[in-house]
Amino acid sequence: MGCPVRVKMEGNTIISVTGNTCNRGDIYARKEVTNPTRIVTTTIPVSGGSCQVVSVKTKIDIPKDRIFDCIRALKDISVKAPVFAGDVVLKDVAGTGVDIVTTRNVT
Amino acid sequence: MEKHDLVIIGGGPAGLAAADSAYESGIRDIVILERDHELGGILNQCIHNGFGLHTFNEELTGPEYAERYIRRILEKKIPFILNTMVMDITKDKVVTAINHEKGMFKIKAGAIILAMGCRERPRGALNIPGYRPAGIYSAGTAQRLVNMEGFMPGRKVVILGSGDIGLIMARRLTLEGAKVEVVAELLPYSGGLKRNIVQCLNDFDIPLKLNHTVIDIEGKERVTGVTIAEVGSDRKLIPGTEEHYDCDTLLLSVGLIPENELTRLMGASMNRVTGGPDVSESLETDVAGVFACGNVLHVHDLVDYVSQEAKLAGKNAAQYLEEKDGDRELKKERRIPIYAENGIRYTVPMTVSPKKMPDTVTIRFRVANIYKDIFESVYVDDKRILHRKKQIVAPGEMENISLTRENLQNISHPGKITVKLEET
Repeated sequence: MGCPVRVKMEGNTIISVTGNTCNRGDIYARKEVTNPTRIVTTTIPVSGGSCQVVSVKTKIDIPKDRIFDCIRALKDISVKAPVFAGDVVLKDVAGTGVDIVTTRNVT
Repeated sequence: MEKHDLVIIGGGPAGLAAADSAYESGIRDIVILERDHELGGILNQCIHNGFGLHTFNEELTGPEYAERYIRRILEKKIPFILNTMVMDITKDKVVTAINHEKGMFKIKAGAIILAMGCRERPRGALNIPGYRPAGIYSAGTAQRLVNMEGFMPGRKVVILGSGDIGLIMARRLTLEGAKVEVVAELLPYSGGLKRNIVQCLNDFDIPLKLNHTVIDIEGKERVTGVTIAEVGSDRKLIPGTEEHYDCDTLLLSVGLIPENELTRLMGASMNRVTGGPDVSESLETDVAGVFACGNVLHVHDLVDYVSQEAKLAGKNAAQYLEEKDGDRELKKERRIPIYAENGIRYTVPMTVSPKKMPDTVTIRFRVANIYKDIFESVYVDDKRILHRKKQIVAPGEMENISLTRENLQNISHPGKITVKLEET
């Protein structure tokens, strides 16, 4: 469920990644030491549906240091029901080039 | 009385995967009973990503993971009844339930799958001194308030316990504008996944204080502050280490308890360590035809493993339904107990029948402490049949090992199986 991975670096160059048991670990470790990224998940208000808020996420991961820019950009965004999982609620969040999409249906 | 081949108690990840699998195995007369107003269970409030890496080979959020299984249920037109609370299950598999539309009703089931999940350990189970003001929430309650109902439980937060839900909520509340002051953990290690420590605490510079606990809660109407202190190896506080935090909210993430009132009432034998029923390799309790899977059986860290387990329970329940009573009698044979020893807290399943078992049985277990460079071993009587090295094992990460039919076949009249940790 996770393996301790060791990344050997010389200056800014990655020499080796060891300890991972799948390719995903190799990719994650390389990113984590050079350009760490995260998928950001949060909620935005939804009106006229069965819930008060609908969960959303960045469609793909964005640089870690842009998390709060992304959250700020969503501050005034709200939607009207019905919404369906995958609907784009904000394009190109905070200039990252990544869209914000809903992750569930609210009808 | 209404009759159904298979009744599944709970429409969360375990119930959904079990229903899907039973259908795939040929059972058509299935009904899922769910107490909430929608299917999906606790996944609906787990809006963070990281689900499904094993099952779908991609990273999904909780609601997305739930949706994949809900879609299978809808496509197969498997009936489910929402807003329905099961009140009683008898040994002869009569399920009593209640809802607004039907009132109280009974269903006679051919087989039952228990998939009720778990609930959070509350403040009352901890003996924290201090006042009892508003502002003390279990982490999962706070998660539901924020992610589904759109309420913020507070602005300045201290979290006790470093279970996964507490870690996830530290990040979630930070993103919603709260200040999470500290996460205090009584034990010398976190009970959460490594990735959650990194991505929920380290990313946001939230301190994790190991060997610390809350020793006082202040505030008469609303929490105004808490005091935390360091504890020694005897888990008693070390005088002089007290630290005060001003806060309006205390979240508790101090463990999950399988929700087994129904199982206990039914009279199934229970396991003191897991808090769930004892089960055989087919995940059948000692009440014939009643199976258990997911967090009601033992608390999991990953929903992917819940789905795998539930799939097996669904398949086995289907097989049970297709057997004739006579076959069941013939198949009855001595079960070999599986013992957890030397640093292993429990195993699931707790017994195995060499003749009945499939080619491979996955034994899931948890270790009692953090161990480095250790071997996980399986013995049949005094003979070691499996032995593998692990760089690190931790109580927060469930382990599993595969036992094959062949492992047991070469041993005549095996008496017991033991799973243990060894240094060499």
